[in-house]
Amino acid sequence: MLEVTGITQIFGGVTALEDVTFRVNRGDITGVIGPNGAGKTTLFNIITGIYNQTSGKVFFEDKDISGLPPEKLARLAMVRTFQNIELFGGMTVHENVMVGMHTKSSSGLLSCALKMPWSISEERRIRNESMKWLEFTGITDLAEVEAGNLPFGKGRLLEIARALAVEPRIILMDEPAAGLNSQETQGLARLIKKIRDLGITVVLVEHDMELVMDICDRIVVLNLGRKLAEGTPREIQENPEVIAAYLGDDD
Amino acid sequence: MFFIPTQTPTLTLMVREFLFQKRDKMLFDQILQYTLSGLSTGAIYALIGIGFSIIYNATGIINFAQGEFVMLGGLLTLTCLDLLKLPIWAAIPCAVAVSTLAGLLFERLAIRPLRQPTPINLVIITIGGSILIRGLAMLIWGKDTHAIPSFSGDEPIAIGGATILPQHLWILAITVVIIAINKFYFYHTISGKAMRACAYNRRAAGLVGIDVRRMVLFSFMISSAMGAVAGIIVAPLTMIAYDVGVMLGLKGFCAAIIGGMSSGIATVVGGLLLGVLESLGAGLISSGYKDAIAFIILLLILFIRPQGLFGKADSERV
Amino acid sequence: MKRELLKFAAFTLLILLLPLLFNGGYLMNVLVFVGINTMLAIALNLLLGYAGQISLGHAGFFGLGAYLSGVLTATYDWNPWQAMPVAAIVVGCMAFLIGFPILKLKGHYLAMATLGLGIIIYIVFNETIDLTGGPSGLSGIPSLEAGGIVFDSDVKNYYLIWGVTLAVVLFSINLANSRVGRALRAVHDSEVAAQVVGVNARLLKVQVFALSAVISSLAGSLYAHTMTFISPASFGFNFSVELLTMVVIGGLGSVYGSFLGAALLTLLPEFLRAAQDYDIIIYGGLLVVMVMFMPGGLVRGIPELFRKVFKSRGGADHA
Repeated sequence: MLEVTGITQIFGGVTALEDVTFRVNRGDITGVIGPNGAGKTTLFNIITGIYNQTSGKVFFEDKDISGLPPEKLARLAMVRTFQNIELFGGMTVHENVMVGMHTKSSSGLLSCALKMPWSISEERRIRNESMKWLEFTGITDLAEVEAGNLPFGKGRLLEIARALAVEPRIILMDEPAAGLNSQETQGLARLIKKIRDLGITVVLVEHDMELVMDICDRIVVLNLGRKLAEGTPREIQENPEVIAAYLGDDD
Repeated sequence: MFFIPTQTPTLTLMVREFLFQKRDKMLFDQILQYTLSGLSTGAIYALIGIGFSIIYNATGIINFAQGEFVMLGGLLTLTCLDLLKLPIWAAIPCAVAVSTLAGLLFERLAIRPLRQPTPINLVIITIGGSILIRGLAMLIWGKDTHAIPSFSGDEPIAIGGATILPQHLWILAITVVIIAINKFYFYHTISGKAMRACAYNRRAAGLVGIDVRRMVLFSFMISSAMGAVAGIIVAPLTMIAYDVGVMLGLKGFCAAIIGGMSSGIATVVGGLLLGVLESLGAGLISSGYKDAIAFIILLLILFIRPQGLFGKADSERV
Repeated sequence: MKRELLKFAAFTLLILLLPLLFNGGYLMNVLVFVGINTMLAIALNLLLGYAGQISLGHAGFFGLGAYLSGVLTATYDWNPWQAMPVAAIVVGCMAFLIGFPILKLKGHYLAMATLGLGIIIYIVFNETIDLTGGPSGLSGIPSLEAGGIVFDSDVKNYYLIWGVTLAVVLFSINLANSRVGRALRAVHDSEVAAQVVGVNARLLKVQVFALSAVISSLAGSLYAHTMTFISPASFGFNFSVELLTMVVIGGLGSVYGSFLGAALLTLLPEFLRAAQDYDIIIYGGLLVVMVMFMPGGLVRGIPELFRKVFKSRGGADHA
């Protein structure tokens, strides 16, 4: 479903990624792990159109998406979440999710300002449908809270709800468990499985080994900008190179 | 162009040679004249531009009020000369000192207490500050234009077919001295190096014990001092009034942008380039649009090459 | 949304009844300007308060609207009702085209670029003397006529201008509470997150820039036809700063805040008539004070102040 071939990224004199190639199967939960500085977030930013790679290609559903900006990827049903959650702090939780439905709506500037009838009914639809994503992530009670005032764990859930409102076929999450306590992490694991059950492919960058080994179907390991290994959690756990690189130190 | 009869070819050729030569020579002299006066205004822009860069590099702030310190320098010198009857060699340092004090107050009162230093707030507060300073200047010195005497007389000096005034030479000389002092300060003194450290990486600088807030203050003080000097050396040539700071500040900013916000040679080149282009444009094309030239250049650079002509990689950061 | 409509209805009522309070007279003339400045402040607020993009050159669009409409009607005998929309469309297209390169810039650089743009436009007004009359200005601009009424008195102009201004207010309120309004605020809060969910931030910013320019142009055209005389001095950097002050004082992102700011800054000089020259000091002081102590503007600051005062008085009630 998602195929990354030969991705190389050079920033100035630093080679952040070198010839990284792997694939993600539809319907899987795929984890991308590696020690700090391995290039995981850089890779994510390349796949999701925030950086342009120095060389290599990214294919999504057999289409070459290399170099497409994030807003185009959203229309192709790819969405991501951020490590430091990027919420629209000045708007309510509900409004944040409504923005997520941007690609599912189409009233333009003039239609909205002049309150054309189709924009009014579309607004009603956006308002109602977005609620179901609040229910899905369990934050319905916070709908009218200003997003900037949310505790961190709830903010994470909001970002996921907003991403789901795009109705993506693939969601890439950058360290979704970062900053969550163990209870919240378990909730997150359940949520990710629920997302997969909707038929959405999930790719996550993570440091939390328990979470990764628990829910991932396949794992890709990066180290120092190169792909070290790719396989099932069991295979990765037994791979001596991976153990040498970092599993031994981190838990 | 005159119609030259072709019946007498030799005479025609001779006359044509002479006329072309004369026109070319006149054109050449004009270009020389504009270039020379452009270099001198360019030096002023360079000094002001370096002031912008110093503050920007140390703090990330574009000080919209920079031009007002230029104005203060000139007007304060006037007061020192007229009111306090000081001789010129005392008036200048006095004026620079007071301008520097104004810069200090500005940073302390307007910049430091800002609780939410977002770009919008900083833009607004520096604009507001510049308006306040301008208003106070208007209260103190009125709306009239004033002049201060040239440093060493007004006897024109001939260079080729062009003439310059002694004040032009003062401008170029003092600019060179200031830039040399700048270079020395930033590269050979502890506090200068500390300021460069802040420009490269504020947090790291703080962690190694540099008082970042004091560096911010110093950057404002140095910039206002430089601005004041610029205002003083150009004052004998152009009239000073409470509102000269606006345009001068903007053009200085333009010089800084051309130089990629460097506080060294790149901005100097930017200023000189701007001054010469402006002078040539005003002289050869149209004088009404003179100010527009600087802004068109500004827009072009911001659109096409926002890192400046020389790119960030080569120019110094502080 | 119901609450919004109620507020708007109350506001409309206020505006309709105001002239009766003042019974004509000099203040009516000032209130016409409050209307024009409100329109301009709202236009700037859409760009600055909602989309978060700084513009220090908005007086330029105002001036373009005034001069385009003024020249077409005074010199080329166009019908003002045709000249105004043509001017608006021309200014809108210009803004759309220049918006793409200019809105790639951020923060201070954007501020400087818009400043430069505004000044270039001002210089053009001053220098194209054959067309615009240069510094001496352009006179003989016809008043507007509709259905037999000629809009040549303060009271008539008041209702004309405010009719348009109220429409702009409603337009902006509708926009703010809509899909596009949310997308705008999203771009302001986190441009990258907005892009990730499919908002074409670049295009949206340019659209708002163009919209803002069109509204400013409209205000300029109306200004030209009510004043019947315009000169470049009204469209320079000082006025751009005045507009910025109005928006900041009123409150970024608040339509009624723009009205407050416009009203305050238009009426204040009238009450401080003796302090004619001091107005720039007051603007400067207001800007500095507002940003330091009330960054949300009056529209948020005053309720905050009340809340603080009441909280300190009746602490027990707020358990």
